[in-house]
Amino acid sequence: MWLDRQDVFSWLMMALPLAFLAALVGYPFFYGILLSLEDRPVAHPGTFVGFKNFVANAHDPVFWRVALNTFIYTGVATLLKMVGGLGLALAMNQHFRMKNLVRALLLLPFIVPTVLSTVAWLWMLDPAFSVVNRMLVALGWPRPGPSWLGNPTLAMVSIIVINTWRGLPFYGITLLAGLQTVPSELYEAASIDGAGGWERFRFITLPMLRPIILIVTLFSVIFTFADFQLVYVLTHGGPANATQLFATYAFDIAMNGGQLGLGASVALAMLPALALLIVLLTVYLRRE
Amino acid sequence: MVTGEGHIRQALRVWLPVGFFLVVALFPFYWMAITSIKPNSELYNKNVMPLIVHAPTLKHYVDLLTKSSFLLWTWNTMLVAVVSTAISLILGTMLAYPLARMRFAGASLIAMTIAAIYLVPQPLLFIPLADVINHLHLGNTLTSVILTYPTMLVPFCAWLLLGYFKTVPKELEEAARIDGASRVQTMWTIFLPLCTPGFISAGIFAFTLSQNEFLYALIFLTKSSVRTVPVGVIAELIRGDVFYWGQLMAGALLGSIPVAIIYSFFVEHYVAGLTAGSVKA
Repeated sequence: MWLDRQDVFSWLMMALPLAFLAALVGYPFFYGILLSLEDRPVAHPGTFVGFKNFVANAHDPVFWRVALNTFIYTGVATLLKMVGGLGLALAMNQHFRMKNLVRALLLLPFIVPTVLSTVAWLWMLDPAFSVVNRMLVALGWPRPGPSWLGNPTLAMVSIIVINTWRGLPFYGITLLAGLQTVPSELYEAASIDGAGGWERFRFITLPMLRPIILIVTLFSVIFTFADFQLVYVLTHGGPANATQLFATYAFDIAMNGGQLGLGASVALAMLPALALLIVLLTVYLRRE
Repeated sequence: MVTGEGHIRQALRVWLPVGFFLVVALFPFYWMAITSIKPNSELYNKNVMPLIVHAPTLKHYVDLLTKSSFLLWTWNTMLVAVVSTAISLILGTMLAYPLARMRFAGASLIAMTIAAIYLVPQPLLFIPLADVINHLHLGNTLTSVILTYPTMLVPFCAWLLLGYFKTVPKELEEAARIDGASRVQTMWTIFLPLCTPGFISAGIFAFTLSQNEFLYALIFLTKSSVRTVPVGVIAELIRGDVFYWGQLMAGALLGSIPVAIIYSFFVEHYVAGLTAGSVKA
């Protein structure tokens, strides 16, 4: 029967999901490119303006600030998550009681809806009643403690720390799973050859973990680079655009300013870096 | 040779770092919980030691449940998460099964496209999607998010299930085929029942991702009656005056509980799913 042919069966089966993805991912993607070439106020028809929006971005100092912010945010947060996650994995890769419970608890920041845990941080950094400041003051810091989200530099530090807090368990638990696949004979052999703790880490653990570190990092860079929720809740990009990222800036322009075309061009500015990362990761996953 | 001192050392090596990570990971939740049961007189008094509760109260929870639409938001969130998870598991299976079991031209291209779509973050698409939703007159309906959440969840489920399907031995299916079963029968009666753990992993992930989604819900749902918990909490519980933190933390805590409960039952599946993509067997 023709339906039993592998290719016929496969394409029939995949037709519906592929059509769905084409309609709600493929179409919006290309429509977004078209929008970025239009002057398109919300609820009005658009007029084609070529690259005018991109030229406008290139002359907009805020746009360059946003680009710099996004790279700093992504770079520093990724580094912290990588180093901290490795530390967490190494700490967890020992024998102790209640390990499964501890692992489950450590994953909580990663699984609880981001917006809800971020609201808790907003309250912890509240200008008047920050518990962080109250503990700092109790430890001898001069009153009233810093204004975490009101000062441009500290606001950037805060969003980086909170992103790290949320993403670190993902690194930690994934790397832990990787550590557990390293054969213990390797360590034993190295110890017999006189390798110390650092050497075992440097020459066995790290090389064995490299593929996992690479995948986890690429994965998390993509989603940190395009982060929206955390900044939207904590600072709305402020003070004075000090924590504005591509996603929040595009949202501001398109949703608050009603300029869909210009907003789409800001969002698309993420595309080159994202496309590079996505292709790298897809090819890498495929090779595995 | 293990002495008492050795034990202490061993315990320190474990619990010093692990304890540090635990305190950092859990403090915000502790703070959420105790804020939600503190009376305002404690919350906004700087002379009271803040880390413990002196006179616990449920007032904030009562206010949250009676004076805001929180229960409705919870219902909306659950409905959206369950329906979009179900849709995504079905469509994901329809992609993953042929990719895992059939040989046909273009299979690897489709697999790579699905992986790539999974990695496209929402901020790249939300502006054109908002326009599409407007044109379809779906603004302020739960349908808008039930339709758009699977754009992230279908590729994700397909990718995760593809990995799982490949680990299931083929012999049973081959035997069924020899006995004359059609491909659909083989898949439905023989193969899919073997894949329950894979569906549980993918389902939990999809469910938590739906609960976590914020950007689409923020844009598409602007009326209180259709909002989900994250959007309702951010858009309506944060108000101009200062005295709202108790209710806000009560909302954040209650909103986190469904995910936490499901996750606590299925944590092993969750960890397996989390590491499936990145750890070679």
